[in-house]
Amino acid sequence: MTPAQPLLDLGNPVREHPDHDSVDLTTFGFWLYLMTDCVLFSALFATYAVLHKNFAGGPTGKDLFDIPYVFVETLCLLLSSTTTGFALLSMQRQDRTRLLYWLGLTALLGLGFIGMEIHEFIRLVSAGNGPQRSGFLSAFFTLVGTHGLHVTIGLLWMINLILQIGRRGITVPIQSRLIRLSLFWHFLDLIWIGVFTLVYLMGVRS
Amino acid sequence: MEELIFGRLTLREIPYDNPIIMATLGGSTMLLLCITFLIWYHGKWSYLWKEWFTSVDHKRIGIMYVVLALVMLLRGFADALLMRTQQALAEGSAQGYLPPDHYNQIFSAHGTIMIIFVAMPFFIGLMNIIVPLQIGARDVAYPFLNSVSFWLTASSAALVMLSLGLGNFSHAGWSGYPPLSEKYYSPGPGVDYWIWGLQLGGVGTLMTGINFFVTILRLRAPGMTLMKMPIFSWTILVTNVLIMLAFPALTVVLALLALDRYTGMHFFTNHGGGNLMLFTNLFWIWGHPEVYIVILPAFGIYSEVAATFSRKRLFGYTSMVYASVAIAMLSFMVWLHHFFTMGAGANVNAFFGIATMIIAIPTGVKVFNWLFTFYRGRIEFTTPVLWTLGFIVTFCIGGMTGVLLAVPGADFELHNSEFLIAHFHNMLIPGALFGYFAGYAYWFPKVFGFKLDETWGKRAFWLWIVGFYLAFMPLYALGFMGMPRRLLHYDNAHWQPYLVVALSGTLIIFGGILCQILQLTFSIRNRAQLRDETGDPWDGRTLEWSVPSPPPAYNFARIPRIHTRDAFLAMKNQARDTEEVDYEAILLPRSSSLGPLMGGLTFVLGFSLVWYLWWSAILALAGLLGCVIARSWDEHTEEELPASAVRAIETALRHSGTSAAGTEEHPSLQKFAFERNPLP
Repeated sequence: MTPAQPLLDLGNPVREHPDHDSVDLTTFGFWLYLMTDCVLFSALFATYAVLHKNFAGGPTGKDLFDIPYVFVETLCLLLSSTTTGFALLSMQRQDRTRLLYWLGLTALLGLGFIGMEIHEFIRLVSAGNGPQRSGFLSAFFTLVGTHGLHVTIGLLWMINLILQIGRRGITVPIQSRLIRLSLFWHFLDLIWIGVFTLVYLMGVRS
Repeated sequence: MEELIFGRLTLREIPYDNPIIMATLGGSTMLLLCITFLIWYHGKWSYLWKEWFTSVDHKRIGIMYVVLALVMLLRGFADALLMRTQQALAEGSAQGYLPPDHYNQIFSAHGTIMIIFVAMPFFIGLMNIIVPLQIGARDVAYPFLNSVSFWLTASSAALVMLSLGLGNFSHAGWSGYPPLSEKYYSPGPGVDYWIWGLQLGGVGTLMTGINFFVTILRLRAPGMTLMKMPIFSWTILVTNVLIMLAFPALTVVLALLALDRYTGMHFFTNHGGGNLMLFTNLFWIWGHPEVYIVILPAFGIYSEVAATFSRKRLFGYTSMVYASVAIAMLSFMVWLHHFFTMGAGANVNAFFGIATMIIAIPTGVKVFNWLFTFYRGRIEFTTPVLWTLGFIVTFCIGGMTGVLLAVPGADFELHNSEFLIAHFHNMLIPGALFGYFAGYAYWFPKVFGFKLDETWGKRAFWLWIVGFYLAFMPLYALGFMGMPRRLLHYDNAHWQPYLVVALSGTLIIFGGILCQILQLTFSIRNRAQLRDETGDPWDGRTLEWSVPSPPPAYNFARIPRIHTRDAFLAMKNQARDTEEVDYEAILLPRSSSLGPLMGGLTFVLGFSLVWYLWWSAILALAGLLGCVIARSWDEHTEEELPASAVRAIETALRHSGTSAAGTEEHPSLQKFAFERNPLP
């Protein structure tokens, strides 16, 4: 049985043999990538903040946003973060069946989130309120869409990983990828909380 | 149907009517064909592919980066020469020889190429080669990612080069301000070439930033605490923090401009609720740190050179480190000084003006540290030292004009004038390029095992520095005389003499570049006399000089234990007997053809997006995704070099002369043997 890996160790222990493929090293690098992604999202949030009142005579957030709908969407994503946590626990117990079960559930919830988002976009575009309508809607679609793109990539990653677990079991490289995927997923959750608050909740205030 | 297959690509996009472009195109195509033929004739394609293109060895990737930078330097300099000639001629009734549309592309390409495809790959190449050696690591943290980064950079450089012969390049300046860069004003493919050239290369740079940050933080030899790390590695560490924080902003601003252009959104448009100053802000939130991204590594090189050739330890190491970190932090608080004229108000401008001036303080600390390092040193006036001394004097002048420009009131007068052109060339040429040249001369023997010719190196330096002053000092005066930047033509006879002097300076710099080409040629020809057997030709102080030149694939047979700064100097002073040692097996990353493949697909992606070839863009994206998935299924990314092989290589490297004698005994050594003779 493979010993459980520490989820994230940012310290710099004095290592006698710097080993360049340890789980730790890739996790650290991936965590840094997430921080750069955080800068990317900050720039998009800033763009939204600058343009959020540029309606160009078009509809405002109050006219467009359906809070209960987005709330359900949010719940999907938050719940999928929880199931990722359970997946990781199963991984540490080397329980392949449970791991696949939790990952599958996470993927379904993620799919639900993306499906709802696409549905919302289609609804807006077909009513003539696409991203070309105003600076506000350009910023809205880009911010929310970039998050959605991340979730989609996460889903592809998850499917690839499910296949790998099915074929190879819970090997060390796969554990490393699972840890990174869960970091990615939680990070996207965090970004979404920002989106939900700043874009949707504050957008419907008069 | 035709549009579905070819997008907006037609044969008319080749600029037949411009003789300058067609001549350049013909010449470079011939050159490319000749090189291709020569490589094929000597049967070296498979060698190039196996040992270089697919290599994940940081030293090889570094060399390829530097070669890319030098090639692009020639292109960027040719642009400069064209512009200077045009401006020296085009006064009054004379119109010069460049059509306006071509001229606009030239100054846009010049800026983009010099920053993104010369300065960036040059220092990234040097850091690739040197940083792992300086910190006692066997490779970077993610060798495969490193290869992908290089190929992304190379393919975006190819994309920018292609714009010369197919379509056109952006005419909106290297900073591509909207609304000019919007679809309405620039419907052609030029701005799209610019967007994708920067965007795809930028992704590669971001990955490099993460890679080297992790490498430096996690792969240092045991005992090397951060404050015992060589100063070049320190400046690289700080640079990589800047890359990680700044490049995402570039990614966003380019993506938003692309969305405006491709899908008709309204981020930076004049109408529909866009805000064009948003572009300017986002661009310079990347753009200003970018200046320090290219300058800090050069600061590190100067520090290494000053200490080595003065035979003294670096003066004020700690303050050097803190100054680098301070510069990095301040670099994110000054972006607005690029557009004081935006009208943000007196208080905002005052804040950014003062923050800008404060940067002069840590920079001044560094200048004094270099001076005190030289002070009472036994200075050897080698080429790297000349570049360093030339830098110190010239950079101070540029710094002072920078403090002047930081005064918002003065900036309102000098904004977009030739004064600004003079100022930032005065920072970047000595501040970055001279440093890279110093590093190139300093580390060349480490990489190839022989020194560069000193005589031609010194000639190159003197021509560069004299040419520099002649080319840029007149521009300060022209700025005060009111000459705006980027002029195709002017009606002011008083300006012309200054512009003629500037042209003569540029021609002298051209002489300097020719000297550098001759230097390389003669050095390769006389490499037997210039050969360095010791691996330590300059009596160096840091770890990179402790390994043979060129270093074996694994760098260090045994990872050294570090006790002090200037670790190698300490080792030499102790003069321990290291004849009989136990070697251990070493894990090496395997070469991968996925790197060049992903670069190629990225090129196809960029090209397809420029020409609206949606089908091939989708195929390229799918291919890239496939590459990533394929890599995730590959379990054999490393191979083990057995201890006996390490012993054989070390013995051969340490004891025999130029040839890799002894490798015949061990078949697995054959592939490492060429390391000794990179230029057969």
